[in-house]
Parts: sequence; structure tokens; C-alpha cells
Amino acid sequence: MTQPVIEIKNLTKTYELGGETIHALEDVSLHINDGDFISIIGPSGSGKSTFMNMIGCLDKPDSGEYLIEGKNVAKMNDNELATIRNVKIGFIFQNFNLLNKLTALENVELPLIYRGLSAKDRKEKALSCLKLVGLEDRWGHLPTQLSGGQQQRVAIARALAGDPTVLLADEPTGALDSKTSNDVLQLLKQLNEKGHIIVLITHDLEVAKQAKRIVRIHDGQLYENGGDWFEPNRIYQDGLKEYQKQ
Amino acid sequence: MNLIESIKMALKSIRNNKLRSFLTMLGIIIGVASVITLVGVGQGSSKSVTDEIGSLGTNLLTLSVTDTDSVQLEEDDLGRFEELNTIAEVAPIVSGRVLAKYGENSAQVSITGTTSSYLSVRGLSLSQGRFLSDMDDELRQKVVVLGADTADTLFPRANPLDESVKINGVSYKVVGVLQSIGSSLGSSGDSVIIAPLSTTQRLIQDTTIGTVYLNAENSDSVNFAKLQVQGVMTTLFPNMSDAYSISSQEDLMETMSSVSDTMTLMLGGIASISLLVGGIGVMNIMLVSVSERTKEIGIRKAIGAKRKSILLQFLIEAVVLSMIGGLIGILLGYGVSKGLEVFASMTISYSLNVALFSFLFSCAIGIIFGVFPANKASKLDPILALRQE
Repeated sequence: MTQPVIEIKNLTKTYELGGETIHALEDVSLHINDGDFISIIGPSGSGKSTFMNMIGCLDKPDSGEYLIEGKNVAKMNDNELATIRNVKIGFIFQNFNLLNKLTALENVELPLIYRGLSAKDRKEKALSCLKLVGLEDRWGHLPTQLSGGQQQRVAIARALAGDPTVLLADEPTGALDSKTSNDVLQLLKQLNEKGHIIVLITHDLEVAKQAKRIVRIHDGQLYENGGDWFEPNRIYQDGLKEYQKQ
Repeated sequence: MNLIESIKMALKSIRNNKLRSFLTMLGIIIGVASVITLVGVGQGSSKSVTDEIGSLGTNLLTLSVTDTDSVQLEEDDLGRFEELNTIAEVAPIVSGRVLAKYGENSAQVSITGTTSSYLSVRGLSLSQGRFLSDMDDELRQKVVVLGADTADTLFPRANPLDESVKINGVSYKVVGVLQSIGSSLGSSGDSVIIAPLSTTQRLIQDTTIGTVYLNAENSDSVNFAKLQVQGVMTTLFPNMSDAYSISSQEDLMETMSSVSDTMTLMLGGIASISLLVGGIGVMNIMLVSVSERTKEIGIRKAIGAKRKSILLQFLIEAVVLSMIGGLIGILLGYGVSKGLEVFASMTISYSLNVALFSFLFSCAIGIIFGVFPANKASKLDPILALRQE
């Protein structure tokens, strides 16, 4: 068996909230291999966000190992984590998180600026990424001049610009209507076919089903195969209920 | 991420918040402008004072008697000064105030009783007529030379030459008019009447010679001449050194310029404080800007900005703001100085050093007061920052 790209072993994370200790993640293990399109599903409060922060190297685990391409993230300092985020991870957020004062092109260029690329190379790369998401003629627009779907595609282009190992999408369709959601998911599928690893985090089973592989997080525990064997019907219901509660 | 990229980013953010950036800079602008203007005014007045003193001639020694009861200089004593090899000329002064009248015009002016050498000792020149002669003094002639202002007041339309003015009720013939020398150190040099020493002593009924102007042979021998005069005075009036003083123009210049240097320093100090306050303004706005842009910082960190990059971004923004403020402040400072020079006819000295100093000072303030907000920004937790709306 080849070495998995992401290898998570017995990961634990707890944090204090209002004097209470919350076990956000308990003894979680996960392997993500080359070419994977994996979706992580779970209701809110399940530890899903914490897990995403871990995979995205925004947070460090209390115990356990997180290896990305064989390198242990848990032992890295802030600077090394920033470099990993810049090179290995491409973030796609629910609310796009584009910088509103920068044009689409400048937004896509941003990770490359932090990588230290020259202005010319940056522009070339960013334009090619915008072309990939079909927005090359909108490069000069500000995010506020774009529709939600277009903004999310700019965000995807930004995530792609750094040629990351993993595209980490956190509820990428959460703020979009069903048609544009579908477009974005199709785009993610295409990217996966081109060889990008995609980690999709969602509470929506319909969205999660688009992935090749589904894992489910519940109360800090992780179950493979969407926990199908566990309680197949509750996956969708749980998520929907929790979503409506919000 | 390199420096040019950071500077571009900072300029963009400044452009995006024009009003706020301007308000931030305002403190620095006012600070730098006031440093430049106030120091310019201070140095200008210092320069104009020393210029004025210098224009009186650097060869000049002034012997002033402060206690006229114990030190009574006689005309014979003056001869001993003239005998000194370093002294070229001696002009004793008797002064008082008199009422001068011509027809219906009258003026209260100061009268200076002196000898013929006064003209060259003080470096004055005549606009018309002649100056006093030795004969006038010896024969106690009732002749006067008028200062420019006195001549204008008494003879608004007529030529004063050879006319008679009544001084304290006695007629004197005008033999000459001095060229205007302007006011010097607060006293007008033009509102005077100059008469022979003997005539004046009789007129004001006072024989005390309060001041003696002595002209040294050349400017190099001034200090030696001063010692020699001191020597003569000690022989004439032993143990009376408190009752008179001998000063050269150089002494006067040093005193005056030390006074105005202190003033300049004080003005500059006050202006620097306003620059400092401007720096605190920059810090305040940068702190507000950091909390306003928490989300942006979160996004930047998520896509791989290092702490150093964020720190540099905010620090450079503060420094660029201060620098632009400094540049505008320099322009404004020169503008205000020029305005004061033209409209308030003040002497302003423009100094590149002061401009450079205040510019560098404002940059330093940008760095010092930018570090705290920038550090705060760089330490933000990306997870919390991203969560914030």
C-alpha cells in the first residue's frame, strides 16, 4: 500500500468553554489517499469544525499524530504551519471569505504573494486558475460585483492557485442556491478527476453523497462509510434537524 | 513576501480608506508643520538679531556706565582712550529726552550729544547736509542733525536743511539729516536728534557721559582693545568695576543668540510633543483598523500568511502613513513659513536639517507606534479571526 497523503492517528482535541471541558475530538484516525474525494458529514457541534481546522493546519492537536505527506504537523511552529497552509492546503469557505477591496484577480494572487512569486508569474498563474473556473473575463471585478456562485468560484480559483495537495472545502454550498450549488459541486468533481484531493465538509447528506467516500463525525468520534452500518437513516435527519435548529 | 509587495499593499489600503488615512495623518502633518514653522521662526529671529548686531560693526566696543554717581567720565578722560593704540575713534554720548518743535509740528525725541566721530563709529550715513564738526562742539554751536523719522515728523513737506527747530524752547539750526537705519532691537534709531556734546550737556543740564562708543582699529584687535579700555577704566576708577561695563558686539551677539537658541529649542520641543501626540493618533487608528480587519487577517493567515507578513503589512501601513504625513507636513510647514514671511514680515530661516529631522522623526514615530497594533494583528488566532464577521 502506498503512503497516504494525510494520515491522522489517534487525534484528540479538547478545549475549555465556559468552565466546561469539551472533547471536540476523541481518538480520531483517518487516512486520505491520493485522488480521494472525501466528504466529512456531521451535525453542528459534532467536532466537524474542529476537525476541519486540524486538517487545515489552523489548529494543533492535543495528542495524536497528523502527518501530511509524511510530515508531522503537530510538531510544527506557527511559521511552518503557515507555510503548510500556503503550499499544501487550499481553503474554500462557506461564505467565500474573499477580500472585498481586492479584485478577483488580486484575490486569487494572494496565496502566491505570500509564497513570494514575481508579479508576472503571479498574474499568469492566477489568470489560468480563473480560466479553469470559467471566470477569466471577470478578473477585474470586485467580489461585491459578482454573484454568490461566481464569488465561490473565485474562492476555488484562489484555493487552486497555490497548487495545493488538498482542497479543503467547508460547506462550500452552504450559502448558495441549489443550482449554483450543483455547479460548484460539479466543478469540485472535475477538479478531483484532474487529480486534486478534495475534502468536503458538510452537514448535508445530498452534498456529501457527491463524494467518493463519506465519513461521519458524531460527538467527537469518526466513523467510516458515513456510519452507514451504524444508523443509516439518522445521518440525513440529524443533519437537517440540527441545521433547522440554527 | 517582499518589501515592495508590502508597500504596494499598504498604499492600496491607504487609498481604500482615504478619509480615515487623512485623519490619521493629520496629527503627523500638524506636528511636522509646526516643528518646521516654529523652529524656522526661532532660527529666523536669531539670525535677524545677529545680523542686526553685526551690521552695527564688529569693531565696536561699548562702555556703558551703570552707576553715574560713582563713575563720572570727564572729557579729559576720553583722551586717554584715544591714546590707546588699538582704539581708532571714541564717541562719548550724553543722552536725554527733549521736545522738538517746528512751526506746528512737534515731537518728543531722544537727543544724543556727541562728537564728530559718532558718525563713523556707529557706521551711520547722511542723506543730506553735513554732520557735526569738532568746531561745533568747541564753540557750543546750536546746530543739530536730525534722524530720518524726526525730520519727517517735523518737516513733513519742507526741506529741514538750514531751518531752525525749537528744542525745549531754544532755536537750533538743522545742518544735516541722517539716512534711515530702521529700528534695532526694539528702539528706533531714526527718532533722534544729534547735537554737539557741549551743547547737549547745557541743554539737558546734565554733564554725565553715560555711554562711550569706541571703535577698535580692526575686528581682530577688538578683544585686546577691550582689555586695554578695561585697564584705563581700572586706573581711572579703581575698585569700581561694578559701576560700568565694557562689551563688544561679539558679547552682545553671543548673549542674544543664546537667548534665541533657547527659544528655538523650546518652540521645537513643544512642536515635537505635538508630533508625538500625532504618533499616538496613528497608533489609535491602527488599532481600530486591526480590529476592523480581523476577518481579513484571518483570511490572509488561512491562505498562508506568516506572522511576519501580517506584522510587516500593518507596520508598513503605519510607517507609510507617517511618511506621507511627514511629507505633507513639510510642504505645509514651508507654506506656513512662507506665508508668515510674506504677510507678517517675519524673518524665517529655512533649514534642510530641520525638515529632514522632522521627517525622520515622523517615520520613527510611525515605526514605534505601529509596532504595537501590528504585533497585535500578527498574533490573532486565525480560527477566531475567521469566525468574526
